[in-house]
Amino acid sequence: METLEPYLAEHPFFRGMAKRHIELIVGCASNVRFDAGQYLDKEGEEANRFWIIRHGRIAIEIFNPTTGPITIQTVGEGDVAGWSWLFPPYVHHFDTRALELTRAIALDGKCLRTKCENDHELGYELFKRFAQIMEQRIEATRMQLLDLYK
Amino acid sequence: MTTSTVPAHVEHRANPMQPQPFRVRKVQNDTHDTFTMNLTPVDGGAEFKFQPGQFNMLYVFGVGEVPISISGDPTAGGPLVHTTRAVGTVTKAMRKLKVGDTIGVRGPYGSAWPVEEAKGSDIVIVAGGIGLAPLRPSLYYVLRHRHDYGKVVLLYGTRTPSDILYRKEIEGWRSRFDLEVYVTVDRAIGAWHGNVGVVTNLIPKAPFDPLNAVAMVCGPEVMMRFTALALQKRGVTPGRTYLTMERNMKCAVGFCGHCQFGPTFACKDGPVYRYDKIRWFFGKREV
Repeated sequence: METLEPYLAEHPFFRGMAKRHIELIVGCASNVRFDAGQYLDKEGEEANRFWIIRHGRIAIEIFNPTTGPITIQTVGEGDVAGWSWLFPPYVHHFDTRALELTRAIALDGKCLRTKCENDHELGYELFKRFAQIMEQRIEATRMQLLDLYK
Repeated sequence: MTTSTVPAHVEHRANPMQPQPFRVRKVQNDTHDTFTMNLTPVDGGAEFKFQPGQFNMLYVFGVGEVPISISGDPTAGGPLVHTTRAVGTVTKAMRKLKVGDTIGVRGPYGSAWPVEEAKGSDIVIVAGGIGLAPLRPSLYYVLRHRHDYGKVVLLYGTRTPSDILYRKEIEGWRSRFDLEVYVTVDRAIGAWHGNVGVVTNLIPKAPFDPLNAVAMVCGPEVMMRFTALALQKRGVTPGRTYLTMERNMKCAVGFCGHCQFGPTFACKDGPVYRYDKIRWFFGKREV
C-alpha cells in the first residue's frame, strides 16, 4: 500500500531528515484537500494540526470587523503553514483559507508532540526546521512593516 | 562580467550639460502617483539610442532638473519613454505637463544592465515598486532576443494591488509561455487573490538555476539589501547580481560629485552596479 512517506521525504520542509524520523512522523500524517475559499484553520480554535502544502495556495488572514479579512501572507507549494500547535495554549492566532484548490498533508500536532517528548532527537529536528520558518516569517513581517514603497 | 560605461555618443557630445528640447507626445497615469511620458525631439532629430538601465536628466523649464531612468524599449526606436513618480517639486511639476509641452532632456547617462554579457544564462529580474521602470528596458531586450537566454523570471513586489505598475503589460507577460512572472503585494484586502508578502519570499521557489543565473535588482535600497542576501542564499553569486543605485545626481557626468557613492559616482560608474564591486560599502550608513 502506498504511504505518505515518499511525499513527506520529498517536501522541502523534511528534506534531509533521517528516514527513521520520517517513519515516525508519517504515523501522524493524513492526506487532505481543500476547495477555493475553504478554511483550514480559524482564529481562536484549538491548534492541533499543521499543513505541508503539496499544491495550491493558502492565505494566512486576520479578520477585521470593519474591513473584513486582511491577508498577512500567502504560502504555497513547498511551504508549511501553522505552528500554533507547538506552543501552549495551542490556539490558532490567524485564519487560514485556501485561495485555490489546495492539496496538503495534515500533521496531527498532539500525536507529534507525544512523539517528540519520547524522542528528543526528533523534537530537536522538528524545532530546528520550524525555527527557520519562524525566522523567515519574522524577517518578512518586519520588511512589510517598514512600508518600503511608500 | 562588467557593466557598460557611458556610450561614446554621449562622451563626445559638444556640451553634455545642455538639454535638448523634447515635445511631450503622450502622458499616461499608471497609478495614483506614477505616470509615463512619451517624448520626441522638437527638431525631429535622430532616433534616441540608449542601453537598458541608463537614465536621462529631465528638465522642467523654470522648475529644475531630475534624473529619471528610461523605461521604454531600447530595441524599438520610437519615442523616448520615462516613468516617473510624483514625489518632489520637479516631478510634481512634470506631472502637470500636457501633450505638446516642451521638456529638456540630457542623456543618456550611466551604466547599463548586462543584457549582452548575460546571454546563455537564466535571467532573474527582481523589482520593487517603481523599480520595475528601470528594469523594463532590459526585459524588453531579453524578450526581443529570447532565444539567447535560458529561463526568464520576473519577481515583482509592490505596496498594494493598486500600486502595480504597467498592470496591463504584466498581464500580457504572464500569458507568455517563455516568461515566468510572479507578483506579490505587501498589503491586500478585498478582491486580491494573488500573493501577499515581501518580494524576497518569491526568491527561494522561483524557477531558475542559481548557478547559471544573472540577477538584476531595482527597488528601495533596503529591499535590494535583503534581495541580494536572498539571492545569495539561493546560490546566485554577488558577481552575477546587479543592482541600481539612486543618488542625488546633478551634473550626471561625474563633475559635481553630488552623487558620490563610496569611491564611485552613481551617475557615471552607476546607476547599475555589480553587487560584488560595491558589497563592502553597500548598506553602510552615510555612503
